Amino acid sequence: MDLSAYPLELPESDRPMVRFLNVTKSYGSLVVLDNLNLDIQRGEMVSVIGPSGSGKTTVLRMLMTLETINGGVIYVDGKPLTHMVRGGRLVPADEAHLRRMRASIGMCFQHFNLFPHMTALQNCMEGPVQVLGLSKAEARARAEDLLAMVGMIDKKDQHPSRLSGGQQQRVAIARALAMRPRIMLFDEVTSALDPEVIGEVTEVIRKLVAEHDLTMLMVTHQMGFARDISDRICFFYKGKIEEQAPPEQFFANPQRERTQQFLRAVKDAD
Amino acid sequence: MWEFLQTYGPRLLDGALVTCAQFVLAALVACSAALVAGLGRLSPVWPLRTLATLYIELFRGTSLLVQLYWIFFVLPLFGLSLPKFEAGFLSVGLNVGAYGAEIVRGAITAVPRGQWEAGYALSMSPARRMRRIILPQALVLMLPPWGNLLIELLKGTALVALIAVPDLMFVAKQINGTTFRSAEAFGAALVIYYVLARLLITPAMRGLERTMARRLGRA
Ligand SMILES: Nc1ncnc2c1ncn2[C@@H]1O[C@H](COP(=O)(O)OP(=O)(O)O)[C@@H](O)[C@H]1O
Ligand SMILES: [Mg+2]
Repeated sequence: MDLSAYPLELPESDRPMVRFLNVTKSYGSLVVLDNLNLDIQRGEMVSVIGPSGSGKTTVLRMLMTLETINGGVIYVDGKPLTHMVRGGRLVPADEAHLRRMRASIGMCFQHFNLFPHMTALQNCMEGPVQVLGLSKAEARARAEDLLAMVGMIDKKDQHPSRLSGGQQQRVAIARALAMRPRIMLFDEVTSALDPEVIGEVTEVIRKLVAEHDLTMLMVTHQMGFARDISDRICFFYKGKIEEQAPPEQFFANPQRERTQQFLRAVKDAD
Repeated sequence: MWEFLQTYGPRLLDGALVTCAQFVLAALVACSAALVAGLGRLSPVWPLRTLATLYIELFRGTSLLVQLYWIFFVLPLFGLSLPKFEAGFLSVGLNVGAYGAEIVRGAITAVPRGQWEAGYALSMSPARRMRRIILPQALVLMLPPWGNLLIELLKGTALVALIAVPDLMFVAKQINGTTFRSAEAFGAALVIYYVLARLLITPAMRGLERTMARRLGRA
């Protein structure tokens, strides 16, 4: 793959928090993302919506470096994410570079993925102690603050199996935040939840948007929620960004045929 | 029967103790070998993978008795002499470890992908993630099959009598050879093996399973 046309690093004057530059992802002959170009600014909250299979999860997983990319370059804070500079050229990153880069990114999953053999508190202390090298006391203080923030401090000594889905997801958000990421990724974090507990998780995300300086990328099916809290909506269709706009404009006045179809379909389903 | 036990009970007990020692040491060898080979099979480094596969194939594909004779009678020809006691538990342990390796590998791969990804998303190194996140969960999955395997291991230790390790089986054979009271000698051995398996190993493993389940907050 010829990467000579790509900058080794983005210039100070043009350095969004995240930039996908001509990024392509395929599984065998199936092209999942086709020449994706997407910038996310510092502190921006971008919601990704679109039909199932349109590549939304893949975008997040590539950013978390859980998936390799087949073409193009992703820059995080100006630096290549899955490439590194060797001999004045971009080459595929090694494990150490990937680990360094993904330290600034946190991710919450649809199915929470809490560690079942640890309590809520231990889940939130694990990364800080084991990866960041914090002392137990520091990590505990940080974890307790975050568990209080997500309203889970009374359940801190419970194992995940004793918590409801909404509670588990709130702990998972606290666990990711304990690493002090600059970018947070949310992949349909309310899709596996019973309707009556969705609110407690969206409340936490609202709070993050209001009180923290995080850059966030969220895949969601909750149009109302996305409209309320996003700076921008990105509509994916078959591996491409079909349309993107600020929420008021996006929902009031969608430009593209497919966007209109999609919005009609989700409205009918509600 | 009573007078038989009075006369030979102490010797049978000595034999049973040797069997227990063989069991514990062989189990340690088996667990370590299984862990190393199971991880080796999953290693991204191909020489490690090949080495692990060779070990597993070799020890599963041939009989324990032949392995025991090899380690005790043939290795000395290559300059590696082991006393019979060590040769005994090492053979049994390595043999069972080869089966255990597949249990370890299977349990590790059965830990849901989301757990691997969650550890990855916290920037854990592969080794730390294995130790802190994956192995503790794999351990819970492994315990029931290991319970069965340890019973096989106990039965397997009876073969060390064939290289004259004075275990329960060896003592029973000796008594039989001098007294010709086969029913009593082998009957006593039978009962003792059964008691060890069902009244010690099985309950111990069940207890361990319960403890681990409690650790997951499931009990
Ligand atoms: N590991 C994989 N192997 C093969 N195809 C995959 C894999 N992961 C995702 N896909 C395919 O990529 C496409 C996009 O998937 P995804 O990003 O999960 O979509 P979305 O989140 O928008 O529903 C789908 O067609 C899906 O089947
Ligand atoms: Mg998805």
